Amino acid sequence: MAAISLNVNGKNYSLDIDPQMPLLWAIRDFIGLKGTKFGCGIAQCGACTVHLNGKPTRSCVLPVQAIAGQKITTIEGIGTETNLHPVQKAWIEEQVPQCGYCQSGQIMTATSLLKENPNPTDADIDAAMRGNICRCGTYDRIKKAIHTAAKTKTGKSEVSGGK
Amino acid sequence: MSNRRTFLKTLGLSSASLVLGVSGVAKGDAAVVNMSADPLALALEINPFIVIQPSGKIILINPRPDMGQGSTQAVPSLLAEELEVSLDQVSIVQSDGKGKYGDQTSGGSSSVRALWTPIRKAGAAAKEMLIKAAAQRWSVPVEECYANQAKVFHRPSGKSLTYGQVADDASKLEIPKDPKLKDPKDFKIIGKYAPRLDVPSRVTGKAVFGIDVAVPNMVYAVMMHSPMLHSKIISIDDSEALKIKGVQKVIRCERTMPHRKSEAVAIVASNYWAALSAKKVVKIEWDNGQLAETLTTDAYFKKCTEAAANEGLKAEEEGDFAATFGAAAQKLEALYETPFLAHAPIEPENAIAHVKEDGTAEIWAPIQGPDWALRDLAGYLKIKPENIKINVALLGGAFGRKAYHDFLLEACAISKEIKKPVKLIWTREDDITQGPYRPGMMAKMQGGVDAQGNIVAYHHYPIGESIQFQVFKAPNDKPDDWICGELSQKEQKYNIPAFKVSFKHVSTEIPVVWWRSVYASNFGFSQEGFFDELAHAAKKDPLKARLELMTDTRFKKVLETLAEKANWGAKLPDGYGKGMAIFKSFGSISACCITVSKQQTGVKIEKVVSVIDCGHFVNPDNVKAQTEGNIVMGITAAVKKGITFTNGQADATNFHQYQVMRINEMPPVEIHIVESGAEPGGVGEPGLPPIAPALANAIFAATGKRIRKLPFDLKTLA
Repeated sequence: MAAISLNVNGKNYSLDIDPQMPLLWAIRDFIGLKGTKFGCGIAQCGACTVHLNGKPTRSCVLPVQAIAGQKITTIEGIGTETNLHPVQKAWIEEQVPQCGYCQSGQIMTATSLLKENPNPTDADIDAAMRGNICRCGTYDRIKKAIHTAAKTKTGKSEVSGGK
Repeated sequence: MSNRRTFLKTLGLSSASLVLGVSGVAKGDAAVVNMSADPLALALEINPFIVIQPSGKIILINPRPDMGQGSTQAVPSLLAEELEVSLDQVSIVQSDGKGKYGDQTSGGSSSVRALWTPIRKAGAAAKEMLIKAAAQRWSVPVEECYANQAKVFHRPSGKSLTYGQVADDASKLEIPKDPKLKDPKDFKIIGKYAPRLDVPSRVTGKAVFGIDVAVPNMVYAVMMHSPMLHSKIISIDDSEALKIKGVQKVIRCERTMPHRKSEAVAIVASNYWAALSAKKVVKIEWDNGQLAETLTTDAYFKKCTEAAANEGLKAEEEGDFAATFGAAAQKLEALYETPFLAHAPIEPENAIAHVKEDGTAEIWAPIQGPDWALRDLAGYLKIKPENIKINVALLGGAFGRKAYHDFLLEACAISKEIKKPVKLIWTREDDITQGPYRPGMMAKMQGGVDAQGNIVAYHHYPIGESIQFQVFKAPNDKPDDWICGELSQKEQKYNIPAFKVSFKHVSTEIPVVWWRSVYASNFGFSQEGFFDELAHAAKKDPLKARLELMTDTRFKKVLETLAEKANWGAKLPDGYGKGMAIFKSFGSISACCITVSKQQTGVKIEKVVSVIDCGHFVNPDNVKAQTEGNIVMGITAAVKKGITFTNGQADATNFHQYQVMRINEMPPVEIHIVESGAEPGGVGEPGLPPIAPALANAIFAATGKRIRKLPFDLKTLA
């Protein structure tokens, strides 16, 4: 055990945890942010996606010691119900979620895609989003919602990464 | 209290034989259940589904857990429509398994169709009571009053009272036995598009799923299941595991399935990662017995193939099949096969159990049926139902899996042993390798075409494991009526003169349970794939051949709609092919047309058009969403590897091997609803069964290759 410093959604945390612990469990069980989900534990489903220095990253296989002090953003740092990110607004407009369990990860990947590529084609969306499984089958709506978000001007100007 | 029971009977809900304590409700932020915020405490119960807090806040009880199918909107919409409130004026609370709520299991696409009348009556009865209470307060005739937007109005004077202001008086009134229901033409909510109010919480990470719930003083647990499912433990070496900080205990445990128990080990730790780390270093020596030979899917399908050579148990026969088939100019026979499949909801199975030393228990879990869970828990723990409290959290997908309570009972076994609340989370490997699965099944198909090109004989002969027999221990000397009833002529409307359905039970120790659309996902494929074979043998267009045989007006309308929306008759480019299928399940008729194009190797899915007649529905957008989901799950089931057992073990362990469809494989889809205004049918499942056969039939049209075995690879068609 060691004191590990994590910067999550702009806040600093010092945690006395196993340095090998994947970021996912540190976020969920020690910081108490439950929006990031466990799906497979082997970086295959994308439910655990967070941003590490702005890039989508699978937190279920990322030991905390590798990222001490780096900038981590979770779904809670993207937007709230009273202050929604344009991507979240688009997700609501297209009524994307069914169960919604994978959608934190989908949104983390989508916000990063739109930041890099404000006007993605279907092929760009496929390439960026193929790592995120949705077992309910909301893919068609995810595609629509990403196009919808791209069309809103704010979607282009706002960047993910929280405050 | 007698009037409450009468009320339930009047509504057609199960009798109130179980009584439980008041429900707690999971709160988000700290992910610790807030025991003090019970919304039902102190509230006035107008009837079991409608309670009003002293503040005037209206709470509707949703008796069907939400696993993504939208029951949190659909069921309260039925109540709200008749109660004259809008959903943004109320809070919705999930029921807790208590008998007064009747059947509470999300399954069989039953929520809206089962509750269509009784829940609307609950809303209408409450409205009549609230109006009556207001009329009495004002000393005016009831006929001069009406309800709108959670208020009662006096028409002549224009004065009004909120429901909250009259709730106390209303709760003391006799519940009307036969409240008047609205004419569907007056519906304001039912049948209209409305955004789901729970969506914002599901895009901000705030929705509390089972895995997110935490309770004070809870510890975490993982299971170590036998890779061969039913092995016995010879020895456990936990010496390395106990050196890991946070690991508290390694205990012998058991996995309780409906058909048997299996030995297992549980690791308890102060945090989940510690428990997972310990799992890598606990050494268990298993006695595998003969499982390497007996527990394989090859052995099971071999038994099914052998059974196909013999007659099964006859479930139904219209006309004389043997004679008609024998006299047919063309006789077709084929074996169809569908694999075992895992549900693989992205939220793995998990539960918190607290089996207390005072003889009570409390559960927090993502489960499809709190009433079934209560029954299973009471039986397993030998605790009276009134001493068990169930808190249902949101389900991160389920597809049938979370109505099978092995994981819940495991959590109870651990809690009982360690005398603490324990949160058990299965790993994805547990989920994929342990089952239960959709049963792999075979179907022997026989059909005859006469000299004039008429399809005159048809025999559907399903073979394989039966959920009724394995899970519910039904006697297997009769055909499985879940399977055979659904495939009957009465249901599927093929007016073929000689129509026969048989069944043969072949058992397996591989645990099975319902999976989205249950047997329709197996036998929709054999029925519709084989019908396509018969149509081609009869030199008929597959859609017209169905129209000729189906005289039922709803089936005809679905076929005609599909023909129009999918441009069925239009000429296709070279190398393209269209296939279609229609299947009735869970009270709804669904048809699908898939277009494929030949590629260098294999085919590409160009488009999917689905049509559904589900009778009355609540939210058309949710009907479409569920049908989209069924297209994705149906294609996945057709073209991605199923679950196989070799040498006694599941071959796939996680999503790298048990692959599911991803966004880059998503074809363009179109959904059309036929608004028949018939009694409501299901929505969550009926869109799935036609997908695989429509795809196989399209591949035949494009390439001439007939596919009778799932899964197959789109790239190789093998």
